[in-house]
Amino acid sequence: MNIIVCMKSVPSSETKVKVNSNGKSIDETDIVYEINPYDEYALEEAIKIKEAHGGKVVIITLGAPTATQNIRKGLAMGADEAVHLICENIELADSAIVADLLAAAIKEMEFDIIFCGKKAIDCDNHQVPNRIAQLLGIPAVTAISGLELTPESAKATRNIEGGSETIPVDFPALFSAEKGLNEPRYASLPGIMAAKKKPIDERQVSAGEQLLELISLELPPPKPEGRIVGEGPEAAVELIRILREEAKVI
Amino acid sequence: MAKGVLVFVEQREGVLKSTAFEAVTLGKEIKSTIGGDLAAVLIGSDVAGIIPEISEQGLDKVYIANDEELKFYDGGRYAGIIEEAANKADPAVIIIVASSMGKDIAPRLASALGAGVATDCTAVEVDGGRIIVTRPVYAGKALVKLKFKSDPQVLTIRPNVFPVSRQEPNPPEVIKLEAGDRKEPVERVEHVKSERPELTEASIIVSGGRGMGGPENFHLTEELADELGAAVGASRAVVDAGWRPHSEQVGQTGKTVSPNLYIACGISGAIQHLAGMLSSKNIVAINKDPDAPIFKVATYGIVGDLFEVIPRMVEEVRKIKG
Repeated sequence: MNIIVCMKSVPSSETKVKVNSNGKSIDETDIVYEINPYDEYALEEAIKIKEAHGGKVVIITLGAPTATQNIRKGLAMGADEAVHLICENIELADSAIVADLLAAAIKEMEFDIIFCGKKAIDCDNHQVPNRIAQLLGIPAVTAISGLELTPESAKATRNIEGGSETIPVDFPALFSAEKGLNEPRYASLPGIMAAKKKPIDERQVSAGEQLLELISLELPPPKPEGRIVGEGPEAAVELIRILREEAKVI
Repeated sequence: MAKGVLVFVEQREGVLKSTAFEAVTLGKEIKSTIGGDLAAVLIGSDVAGIIPEISEQGLDKVYIANDEELKFYDGGRYAGIIEEAANKADPAVIIIVASSMGKDIAPRLASALGAGVATDCTAVEVDGGRIIVTRPVYAGKALVKLKFKSDPQVLTIRPNVFPVSRQEPNPPEVIKLEAGDRKEPVERVEHVKSERPELTEASIIVSGGRGMGGPENFHLTEELADELGAAVGASRAVVDAGWRPHSEQVGQTGKTVSPNLYIACGISGAIQHLAGMLSSKNIVAINKDPDAPIFKVATYGIVGDLFEVIPRMVEEVRKIKG
């Protein structure tokens, strides 16, 4: 089973965002980049499938040269090799460009399954997985929380409002991972040592024209000063009155 | 030159989503500026009965694919049908709600149309016929403004953000569409047995954090939620600890919510959590630590022991409801 995992380096979810004076990008000083959490579920699932069915897991990352560190982490978890498409200033680029670049590289590779995270937690676009599948002409099931697999096909479960739906697909196919799909492993020390020798194929790419123009990036307006209704259980009476009579929300 | 607006109106099992009205109302506003028709596209099995319901919104046209085979969602097929409607209507703007279905459809459709998508928008303006959207990035820690260069302009909108207005019924022209081919049809749908609304659709949410002390105490937030007709949520810490299922997680690696009222019980307010609930219209914080960061974003706060405060709230709500 040949499995490709699309993996992105993103600012850690604990990051406090500061905007640069150009009003178009974030201040990257002190930012810790981690593997996009949803991509970690994707990578874990790929490694589990390889362990059960044999084959190879290849990471593909589009991003700045600094992404190498997280690619090594992915290799240490158990991926076999990586392709790093080096593209500067792609951070908030629109998803069509990202998908075009990734799909063009994937087209040249052998695969039965492509895994992605359901979204990247920085740009929150939710688009790249389905755009890649569309460009490659393969079926896709997004935001999956469960996967039952045979060598030729799979049944994927995705959560919907108030329940879940199960979708059977034949390979080649693309899946994007939701939290809850699995519990990603930590890289072992031997894994970290082995990762240093695993190949990373670095290629320079350049982004085409964007379909959306970034006009500005700013912090959300500060919330107006709240009010402490009171202390202890007695304050509950006043709170409920306020919610009903003033805020009119209950 | 493309004109008008096409809105995908989502239904599940013959029931129209309430958020469909939010999308149509926005479509009506955009149409009033850019001109052209306001059209809806409706897909499903036995869904013709929904047409009068959405017609109250002043639609000019409804494109409908009504076929037994479309009973369950099929991403590629549904997107293909909307593409067909878009080819017929030639709209300048396509609006889809950022539900689990909408998030799956929009990129498929846009890729087929060569269009850009602005996802999960929270504000929309029109500038010289072009759409400018505001959308949260970094899970709401920052906002970007984007202007479309593509045609058509596809946007998905965050549920519970855009207001709904109704107008006099106006029978629209109905145009039938073919059902298209099978792509990745859903085989089975399972419903979670719950009387409570789903998080991303709820107008009130009662959420619990580490201050709840353990999984055995979440009956408190559930009781309050049930009295208020609310959904229940949880912070990442309690989901990671296995106290609550991931489907309830609110935050950067969970769900983003925009209810009218968000009640945070025993949640200190880690940046990860705040990111997911900051667009709530009213935030109530109940925490015994007066310095907890949650109070900085709360509209109303009670400093106190949630084990005493929540039961008292339940009691008060019961009194009101008489």
